[in-house]
Amino acid sequence: MRINPRIIDKAVKVGLTSQAFFTVGILVAIIAVIFFKGFPNINMEFIFSFPEDMGRHGGIFPSIVGTILIALLSILLATPLGVGTAIYLTEYTKESRLTKIIRFGVESLAGIPSILYGLFGFIFFVIKLKMGWSLLAGVLTLTIMILPTIIRTSEEAIKAVPRNLRIVSYSLSATKWETVAKVVLPSAFPGILTGIMLSVGRAVGETAATIFTMGSSLRLPTSLMDSGRTLAVHFYILAREGISMEKAYATALVLVLSILSINIIAYYIMNKVISKYS
Amino acid sequence: MIKTKIDKEFIVKIILTTFAFSSLLFLFLIFSFILFEGLPLFLKVGLKKIIFGFKWAPTKGSFGIFPMIISSFFVTFGALIIGAPLGLSCAIYLSEYSGKKMKMFLKPALELLAGIPSVVYGFLGVIYIVPIIRNNFGGAGFSLLATSIILGVMILPTIISISFDAIMSVPKTYREGSFAMGATKWQTIYKVVVPSARSGILASFILGMGRAIGETMAVIMVAGNALKIPTSILDPLRTLTGNIALELAYATGDHRMGLFSTGVVLLVIIMILNYIANFGIKRRVIK
Repeated sequence: MRINPRIIDKAVKVGLTSQAFFTVGILVAIIAVIFFKGFPNINMEFIFSFPEDMGRHGGIFPSIVGTILIALLSILLATPLGVGTAIYLTEYTKESRLTKIIRFGVESLAGIPSILYGLFGFIFFVIKLKMGWSLLAGVLTLTIMILPTIIRTSEEAIKAVPRNLRIVSYSLSATKWETVAKVVLPSAFPGILTGIMLSVGRAVGETAATIFTMGSSLRLPTSLMDSGRTLAVHFYILAREGISMEKAYATALVLVLSILSINIIAYYIMNKVISKYS
Repeated sequence: MIKTKIDKEFIVKIILTTFAFSSLLFLFLIFSFILFEGLPLFLKVGLKKIIFGFKWAPTKGSFGIFPMIISSFFVTFGALIIGAPLGLSCAIYLSEYSGKKMKMFLKPALELLAGIPSVVYGFLGVIYIVPIIRNNFGGAGFSLLATSIILGVMILPTIISISFDAIMSVPKTYREGSFAMGATKWQTIYKVVVPSARSGILASFILGMGRAIGETMAVIMVAGNALKIPTSILDPLRTLTGNIALELAYATGDHRMGLFSTGVVLLVIIMILNYIANFGIKRRVIK
């Protein structure tokens, strides 16, 4: 017997819809669990005080500072490098064997898993360059790790700038760099910012690459050579060593909320850009 | 005046070129340092004894990582079995069925799954998935099954966003042609749209595999990390990534070199997967 194709059509629609909502449901469930278990354990004191007894009591202030420092500093290094690479690839060269090789390099970096960045950062920065477990080693490792994201999003943003803007600028006898700096980059800025925000989110949530480069000291990092513990690493240690479930959930809430808000801001900016150009 | 302008242009070009080559320099550094630390052990112990060796006792001179290679592939395929159908369904729903407003909400929501840190996935796996498996199917719960479920969810954003792009790039005229022949929506999707987008969809699966095989923190939390080849989906296992992360902090000498050898094997697998995925995507663009 042959089933009516229209009935199959309806059944498929129901099936696909429910799968899409099931998947969103996973996200909602994750956020809900973290929120409801973490919220009762969170207060100003938890955020602004130092951990005591390996994190069993007290707060997470040093980890918050460590996370902000490592994310900000690696963004500060990766942004000029990444945006510069994107400008070079889009404005200063034609598609050639050379750009193909550079793009291959960027794609390969993007595919390398974070544990291998950790392994590299550990042997190169921590051991060979004798930085020890330090903020600096963590920052340099994360800089390389987030570089591909910044390059790719900046390239997309720069390519989306209408050609006419450049032609007008050149016709006013502006040089290439003047055109890039005063016309192209300002128009591409929101798109570039989206890439930067997504990279901040990635840096904040990273564990495997930071634990072996920045280490896991519970002290407040006050110099580039100090070891420190990011929120993600602190959460990992609390959860894995079963130190304190309440503190683990509370730390997870701070971590997840900050990453989600960073990402939501990034998507908001991206949507503004899309509606502007379409 | 004109001269300084030209000088400035020249300097800017030099700086930008240097920046552009930094990515290649970093890639070179990563490869050379991991290879430099990992390869000597292959020469000393022998390639065969490492890759096909069953025993990992690095302080006693045994560096066999065969069970971990197999385990890494097991969890990767497990993740694909769970993540691929679900991810593809979401991509099809987003591109073919959802309205504009729904898409504006669903797409970012699904991409937010990628923002949840892997330690959080691992933690929730330990708290919820592991006990469910232990209580309903037996065993310790820390298992191939638990790892596959967690990884299956973690690779969803990769599969959804790349398949979605591939499906969206199928020309509208293909669909219209199919509708004009009297095909229903679903017939159009599975006979016209999905086959036209297949190389992109395949690339999304392969990139998802790359993500799963490289995932570390979530895996060591739910996998159980036992040093043997799992014989059932309820057995614990240790992946290549897990091996590195579990022992790197305290390993020295040959033991540490063994971990870098593990890294070399992982790096080779990842590069092959990325090469295949990029090749697949290129074919789509050319067509």
